[in-house]
Amino acid sequence: MSLPAYAGPGETAWYYTYRAICGLIFTFLIVPIFVIIPLSFNAEPYFTFTPEMLAFDPEGYSLKWYAEFFTDTSWRNAVINSFIIAICATLISTTLGTVAALGLSQSAMPYRTAMMAMMISPMIVPLIISAAGMYFFYTRIGLGSTHLGVILAHAALGTPFVVITTTATMVGFDRSLIRASNNLGADGITTFFKVIVPLILPGVISGALFAFITSFDEVVVVLFVGSVEQRTIPWKMFSGIREEIRPTILAVATLLVCISICLLTTLELLRRRNERMRGLSPG
Amino acid sequence: MKTVLRTTAMAAVVSVAAFGTAQAQDLTVVSWGGAYTASQQKAYHDPYMKMNPGVNIINDDSAAEGLAKLRAQVESGNVTWDLVDMVASSAITACDEGLAMEFDPDEWLAPAPDGTPASKDFFSGTLTPGGTNCFIPQIVYSTTFGYRTDMLDNKPTSIADVFDLEKFPGKRSLEKNVANGNLEWALIADGVPADKVYEVLSTPEGVDRAFAKLDTIKDEVVWWTKGAQPPQLLADGEVVMASAYNGRLFSAIAEKDQPIAMMWDYQVFDLDGWVVPVGTKNLEAVKEYLYFATDTQRLADQAKYISYGPARYSSAPLVGKHADLGIDMKPHMPTDPANAKTTLNLDYVWWADHREELNERFNAWLAQ
Amino acid sequence: MADTTMTTADGIPLKVSLRKALMRQKMRALMLVAPLFFFLFITFVMPILDMLFRSVDNSIVPDILPRTVLALEEWDPDVVDVPPEAAFEAMVKDIQEGYEAKTIGRVGRRLNFENPGMSSLFRKSGRRTKKINEAPYKEALIAIDDRWGESQTWRVIKKLSPKYTASYFLQAVDMQETVDGEITWQPEEYQVYLNLFWRTLVMSGIITILTIILGYPVAYLLATLPLRTSNLLMILVLLPFWTSLLVRTTSWIALLQTQGILNDLFVLVGLVDDDDRLQMIHNQFGTIVAMTHILLPFMILPLYSVMKTIPPSYMRAARSMGANPALAFVRVYMPNTVSGVGAGSILVFILAIGYYITPALVGGRTGTFISNYIATYISGAAQNWGLAAALGIILLALVLVLYLLYDKIVGIDNMKLG
Repeated sequence: MSLPAYAGPGETAWYYTYRAICGLIFTFLIVPIFVIIPLSFNAEPYFTFTPEMLAFDPEGYSLKWYAEFFTDTSWRNAVINSFIIAICATLISTTLGTVAALGLSQSAMPYRTAMMAMMISPMIVPLIISAAGMYFFYTRIGLGSTHLGVILAHAALGTPFVVITTTATMVGFDRSLIRASNNLGADGITTFFKVIVPLILPGVISGALFAFITSFDEVVVVLFVGSVEQRTIPWKMFSGIREEIRPTILAVATLLVCISICLLTTLELLRRRNERMRGLSPG
Repeated sequence: MKTVLRTTAMAAVVSVAAFGTAQAQDLTVVSWGGAYTASQQKAYHDPYMKMNPGVNIINDDSAAEGLAKLRAQVESGNVTWDLVDMVASSAITACDEGLAMEFDPDEWLAPAPDGTPASKDFFSGTLTPGGTNCFIPQIVYSTTFGYRTDMLDNKPTSIADVFDLEKFPGKRSLEKNVANGNLEWALIADGVPADKVYEVLSTPEGVDRAFAKLDTIKDEVVWWTKGAQPPQLLADGEVVMASAYNGRLFSAIAEKDQPIAMMWDYQVFDLDGWVVPVGTKNLEAVKEYLYFATDTQRLADQAKYISYGPARYSSAPLVGKHADLGIDMKPHMPTDPANAKTTLNLDYVWWADHREELNERFNAWLAQ
Repeated sequence: MADTTMTTADGIPLKVSLRKALMRQKMRALMLVAPLFFFLFITFVMPILDMLFRSVDNSIVPDILPRTVLALEEWDPDVVDVPPEAAFEAMVKDIQEGYEAKTIGRVGRRLNFENPGMSSLFRKSGRRTKKINEAPYKEALIAIDDRWGESQTWRVIKKLSPKYTASYFLQAVDMQETVDGEITWQPEEYQVYLNLFWRTLVMSGIITILTIILGYPVAYLLATLPLRTSNLLMILVLLPFWTSLLVRTTSWIALLQTQGILNDLFVLVGLVDDDDRLQMIHNQFGTIVAMTHILLPFMILPLYSVMKTIPPSYMRAARSMGANPALAFVRVYMPNTVSGVGAGSILVFILAIGYYITPALVGGRTGTFISNYIATYISGAAQNWGLAAALGIILLALVLVLYLLYDKIVGIDNMKLG
């Protein structure tokens, strides 16, 4: 949207005002993400900038909250738990979700919409309701306060993302490729791994990333279904904020922002690869 | 991509393996977190684990939800907790509902050093609140007020000052729990004599009166749910005064040197102690731990780290100095005569009977 | 009659053969979907069904007081005030048994939800009925507590005798069934949930409108800029989207606190006095600001994908026909974006009304949602699972209605991510 040559003074003024407004909205979006990064180097246990920090006095800065994070055993356990749970949940939801997406994208699939609605529902149902139901039910069947319980719950929450992204890749999938592969003598399994998988892989991986971050960032279900032995990073952050707010949380938050930047980059690369493979113009 | 998958798989295997190496017997002990759990860790858990390397004590900080989560565990028959820290009124309910084990104090608990049996050595009546036999008191604590010394022009001296927004403007913090002093303070500030508080609260008019008094400060209250919050809110300057457990205020003032002072008027005394969940999988280990952790010396040791009074007669003379700061703990105890000029004993039996109905009223009031 | 049906090479009618082939395909598709279907059924649907069951389950009363429930069947409270001696005998037996099994406290708690005081009545009676072992039971029970002689006590028990109850749902909408079977409003000081549902809806509505106001210009900018620039700016939208919810909530706490960054900034530039800092957290303002920020990407992304499909020639055509830019935008461009606004709004609204974490951390008393109360009733001091389940089911029903609406407008199949 560049300014046309025939624009009058009023239009020009509006054009710059509009850009300024957009600039403010982008600031609103991004400042809260980055403001915590300098704060995490605060030498004092406060959540705001100290005068020393504003004066760029090296005394005002410190790495001690990072040191605390890396040496504290309960934080270390939380990191281990977060990864175990998120990785296991992602493996389950990616496997089940991809297979289901293959079925859902076939034209012969009966009750397609109803099935799709059910598969997506974990994403739509408010977390507190899923968590409450799981708390009652999992405790009843002995899955409460276990890693398995939390993993299964997170896997359920992650599947919609895999189903959505994989079916989306399947939409552009040329079925004659399967027939061609069969014609050339490949059996079903060879066709699946040599033809289908490479084509839908970007969708599967981005679904898996969504599933991973869903589990990695999830706290409501962990709070209810899990107990002290399942405490994850978000669990620690949540109880930390509710109790003693220490800048350790800011250090963790900064590390998490770095993780999300990595994830975002991976996804962007995948998207471009996907478009290239379909012969679409790269973005 | 293959490398990524392989690394991920390996990370998973390694971490699962690391997770599985815990061979020791785990005891899950549920307590209140923060400074309080830290004091239990130093006075009970650490020395016990040193003596018994085979035992590993895990702290679960969810005592604030103890009763509710215990119900879920007992109902499902899948009890993962081994010991739960509770206030007396919750312990009465837990015992009545068959959630906590009944026991014989002289069999489970150590006698005093002079041989006095446990049943005689704990403060009289505290082992059997409301006629139940499930509660092992550890401490006498009080819920009282702390205020910012640098943010108020006047020094609050009485409970009425908490309700006086003109002389003491600013936010205050109270516990989001009906059964811990809020209604009692409202009535006392409204002119009800302390010894008539529960009599008045037993009438519908008395309840209305207490809520009407709380109404006067409703908009200025930030509600806290965990014991560590009020000292934090005070330290951050988010509120100018806050109700809090006296030991938490002590750690903020004495250990962290915050500009906070105590206002002891009508501090509310209550008991806090252990209950053993019905259906714990480690009963023998729990009994062994309890025998140690509730003996005379251990209870006195806890007072070295936090200013709560031990619940045994024989522990009182052993209370000495703070373990790190070296200051005398006696003047910081809620029971010290200088602090205990005006006090109210929380009627935990009354609260065990009325907690449910008043909680409902309290929640409705909060939402309105 | 001559056989005119077409057959395949091996003589099977083509119709049959085709149907078989189709059947096989259907089966194959179903087989692929089946594992996830059963997985979700067990891990996700069953818990919700369990919750539905909890919201009407009242089996605790007939299970723990079986004799009393049976004895009260015959009793008509409109004819005689207090049930006959047989009911008292049944009650004594039930209490004695329940006291042994330690279950009497639980039924007292259940009845207490309906009639405050029942909990203490059963507690007290549990301990003292041990000694009662012969008639007259009625006098013996009344000697323990006068309330056993009152009609109200027995009416409540009779009312709660059935295995299932609507009382939790009634309470969830601030109503109650009196002992006479009348459905009335709760007393005013106990009315809370309708108000809370309303507050949840209003605040979610405000948040949705704010995300439209903030999201629309940004989405328009992204859709009209050259791809290279817009892809760069898109990162500013996607990064918050991918950043942990707790990180974003934490940073809003740091920004909005009384001693926080924004207040510090205001004091620094002299906007507010140091003693008179703004209260921006622990209230509705805090919840609305933080949630608007958190949900904004969910509005921008669907808006962007719709705006991307609108050819720029529309606007040029309108301009060339003499419309001024504002008119062209309002009359030509905006109508084309309605579906995007609809999709984004419903998505944001659905996500908002179920929010728990952010309101719990920054909402204080006035900025909390119905979810926060559900959580309190599950594991807080005021635990009441039946009520929590009923509130949850009502919230779920609300969301499902919106979900169907979303399906109508956008189609579930068209849901895109990222």
